[in-house]
Amino acid sequence: MIIKIPADIVPSEITDKQLYLKRREFLQLGAVTGLAALASAILAPLDALALAKLSVAKKANATTEDALTPLRDVTGYNNFYEFGTDKSDPADYSSTLKTLPWTVAVEGEVKRPKVYDIDELLKLAPLEERIYRLRCVEGWSMVIPWIGYSLNELIKRAEPTGKAKYVEFTTLQAPEQMPGQKSPVLNWPYVEGLRLDEAMHPLALLCVGLYGEVLPNQNGAPVRIVAPWKYGFKSAKSIVKIRFVEKAPLTAWNRAAASEYGFYSNVNPDVDHPRWSQAKERRIGEFGKRKTLMFNGYADQVAQLYSGMDLKKSF
Amino acid sequence: MSLLAHLKIVDGKQVARLKAAVFVAATAPFLLLALRGWNSWRGQPFSLGANPIEFITRDLGDRTLIFLMITLALTPLRRLTGWNWLIRMRRMLGLFAFFYASLHFVTYIWLDQFFDVRDIVKDVIKRPFITVGFLAFLCLVPLAVTSTNAMVRRLGGKRWQALHRLVYAIAILGVVHYWWLVKRDIREPLIYAAILTLLLGLRIYWNLQKRQNTTVTTTAAAQRV
Repeated sequence: MIIKIPADIVPSEITDKQLYLKRREFLQLGAVTGLAALASAILAPLDALALAKLSVAKKANATTEDALTPLRDVTGYNNFYEFGTDKSDPADYSSTLKTLPWTVAVEGEVKRPKVYDIDELLKLAPLEERIYRLRCVEGWSMVIPWIGYSLNELIKRAEPTGKAKYVEFTTLQAPEQMPGQKSPVLNWPYVEGLRLDEAMHPLALLCVGLYGEVLPNQNGAPVRIVAPWKYGFKSAKSIVKIRFVEKAPLTAWNRAAASEYGFYSNVNPDVDHPRWSQAKERRIGEFGKRKTLMFNGYADQVAQLYSGMDLKKSF
Repeated sequence: MSLLAHLKIVDGKQVARLKAAVFVAATAPFLLLALRGWNSWRGQPFSLGANPIEFITRDLGDRTLIFLMITLALTPLRRLTGWNWLIRMRRMLGLFAFFYASLHFVTYIWLDQFFDVRDIVKDVIKRPFITVGFLAFLCLVPLAVTSTNAMVRRLGGKRWQALHRLVYAIAILGVVHYWWLVKRDIREPLIYAAILTLLLGLRIYWNLQKRQNTTVTTTAAAQRV
């Protein structure tokens, strides 16, 4: 008999720390109430109880999980051109970024446009830790324990109108805080975008932290997107505006080199960058290269978003 | 000023000393890289960073371009300063360019691709920046091989010189290799391109001037007759 082992932990299976700490209580509860508790846990759709249970059930498989990239590398090796084009520039020059006060304007084709204060955003939905792979278009990757909640939580509250087909994210533009913006290496402000259904996918994260703490400036503080099945540059950092629009936004890298960075930019080992192969990647901290997985290993969750599309054309 | 004047007349012993100094200086980048490697191993600062193989590749590529530029700068510099001994450093510096290029190449073949011949062949054919880099390295090999006095004699000065003019093409390919590799920020390749343009431009300018002078002298001579 072939036993299929899941390739990775589904993010929804990762437990909130508070719940994790209550695991003994939960098990005691389970022992007392027996089958009734089990049944309610299974029946409860993705509620806290079910999450806890799945996580406990998964514990035996923990060794098959990809190892986390050390915090030092996660915060010391970044592409964030607002602070310079060297990998060490964001760590070296991002201390000037002021993340308080901070507001995010949600606007465009929505019934409830609103300017959120960062504190409000932090409390909008329960924060979860999600361990995602991050694949850079340059051919390296990391595994990062992000903190946040599904972007969909925010989208639901904004109530997009029928006209909203895309979501556009705009990064702060403030050259005095972001010295890299003094050079015209990209068109500032940095603009990124997702199709509305991509943005509403439960994997798409509105991210406010990593490794148990608020986002370091060099990682896109105070709030960023993480779309783990796409190349890293698709996940806008230090966001000040989320706009719902009818047409695909003109994104920063697409604008800079349309033949090299398509709107979708899904991780795809079969579609090479015109100048280098995307078949393999170097995981930071590892010596050899590993094979890049379709949709960065999240094909089971996201492939249906692109059914019927020619991914070589819509790259 | 006196030092500058002194640099014009240098005896054999001093040339040997200068050579030794240049040798040490040219080895320093390699030793620094090795030190970074050692620090990475021990988990100390001043290391190769989060992506050591990329760091090593970039560093060695940079050194190769720098030594190519230095080698190409010697002839114009000699002409401008009158320091004839500079030319006696040229072979060694050219060989250092080859040394760093070889390490750069080995890093790619070994550390980056891990001898995956199929991937390497695909890269060389499909990736223009790798194609030109590979080509530049291939062209460097005959220059290194024919760098000895014996080879100069065997080839004969004229043919040897013709062969070693390849270095101009190598330098251009090297800069293109870097230019085509960068994602967006072309400032550094641009600096190399500017330096190379200057170094090659000076040669072209002087050549044209020489030709003009010869034409002028021949016409003058013809008129006298």
